[in-house]
Amino acid sequence: MNLLIVRMSSIAMKIWMSLLGLFLMVFLLIHLSINLCLLRANPTWFNDAAYFMGTNYVIKVFEVVLFGGFILHILIGIILQIYNWIARPVRYKATSKTYTPFLTKYMIYTGAVVLTFLVIHMFNFYFIKLDWVKSPIPALANGHPDFYTLAAWLFSKPLYSITYIILISGLGFHLYHAFRAALQSLGLNHTKYNCAIEIIGIIYSIVIPLGFIIIPIYFLI
Amino acid sequence: MTNHKNMKFTLKIWRQKDAKSKGKFVTYKITDISSECSFLEMLDILNEQLINKNEEPVVFDHDCREGICGMCSLYINGRPHGPDDAITTCQLHMRKFRDGDTIVIEPWRARPFPVIRDLMIDRSAFDKIIQEGGFISVNTGGAADANSILISKLPADLSMDAAACIGCGACVATCKNASAMLFVAAKVSHFALLPQGRPEAKERVRRMVAKMDELGFGNCTNTFACEVECPKLISVSNIARMNREFLCAKVG
Repeated sequence: MNLLIVRMSSIAMKIWMSLLGLFLMVFLLIHLSINLCLLRANPTWFNDAAYFMGTNYVIKVFEVVLFGGFILHILIGIILQIYNWIARPVRYKATSKTYTPFLTKYMIYTGAVVLTFLVIHMFNFYFIKLDWVKSPIPALANGHPDFYTLAAWLFSKPLYSITYIILISGLGFHLYHAFRAALQSLGLNHTKYNCAIEIIGIIYSIVIPLGFIIIPIYFLI
Repeated sequence: MTNHKNMKFTLKIWRQKDAKSKGKFVTYKITDISSECSFLEMLDILNEQLINKNEEPVVFDHDCREGICGMCSLYINGRPHGPDDAITTCQLHMRKFRDGDTIVIEPWRARPFPVIRDLMIDRSAFDKIIQEGGFISVNTGGAADANSILISKLPADLSMDAAACIGCGACVATCKNASAMLFVAAKVSHFALLPQGRPEAKERVRRMVAKMDELGFGNCTNTFACEVECPKLISVSNIARMNREFLCAKVG
């Protein structure tokens, strides 16, 4: 698979990157809608949702697609970045004075922040579901780990919550450029709709991270 | 010339004997430069002074000096073609700087644009991309009537806008990834928008993109710096059009 990607043309890689990115953006929306169940004092909502996501066969199939999407998005991103670094072996002495929106230049770095978050998140939740990692909370719900209590326990720790908020902010910075860039890479650029595309992208990049950030704040205060 | 004044500058210029030598920045002080002098005239004056001192003049690309040939290629104080918008280096004037300024002058930096000497670079990579499809194949014979194929105004205008690309390479120079997407997109769009370019459209975009990749240009990350620095204001909508053309060529 790796060799196949290396042999792809630059635009083909960009198109794959965009499609995968848009797919992951849809996933984020679904993930957030489940996470917001944590805001209800009754743990049943969140645990039922977690139980459904963990046991439904359709979801299990999509889980494989999702992980494949994540891995390919990360892999293609790294390959493209390596090509980009190689394309300019001698850097300029003068710092670039060309105006470009700040966050557009740092997608690989904000992507690295998201990846860091992803690794931590997997250890905290997903690997516990798979029983690869022992849950720090012995409580069970529906015969499975009680993810509501686990989340509440983690978010009650200020250091964990602050780290979570910082890393989720990195996700927001990544998303800020993601939507418009994805559509541009897919060839969807039209003077009539560009403004709307940019606004939707900015709103998404603010609303989604804010939705995630509200949860640790709720458990902290 | 009412605002004319004499200015002095400190120039930090990249000097490199040849493609294989290791280059370095050399500092020159230059005085009595008219504010109405063009940037390249200022370099001419510097070179005259260097020649008079039996030193090697600074080699730099230039030709028409009226903003249409795309030969001049200097990265000045962090911007290709210097601190002004929608111009080539030859259209830049010293009044755009402040008296006493330090000006850092570098060649375009990109793996497919190797330095030949000092500030002169080899941009034949662009010619190689053009050779892959920057044309339409026309059989010889009687010239067709110019109005035999009607083209509506919008595609004609958009095609003309794309055709304004002079191939200077500022898009590559300013792109953080040294990507040539704007240049290739302009050439692809120029033909893709016209009925004469359609028969070879799929083959053209495939071949030109493959050559661009083969030459080692970077990838587009949609920062749109290329559009900002293009002296001919080529729009990044051309890149989107090329992406569409490429996608259609691959799946169609």
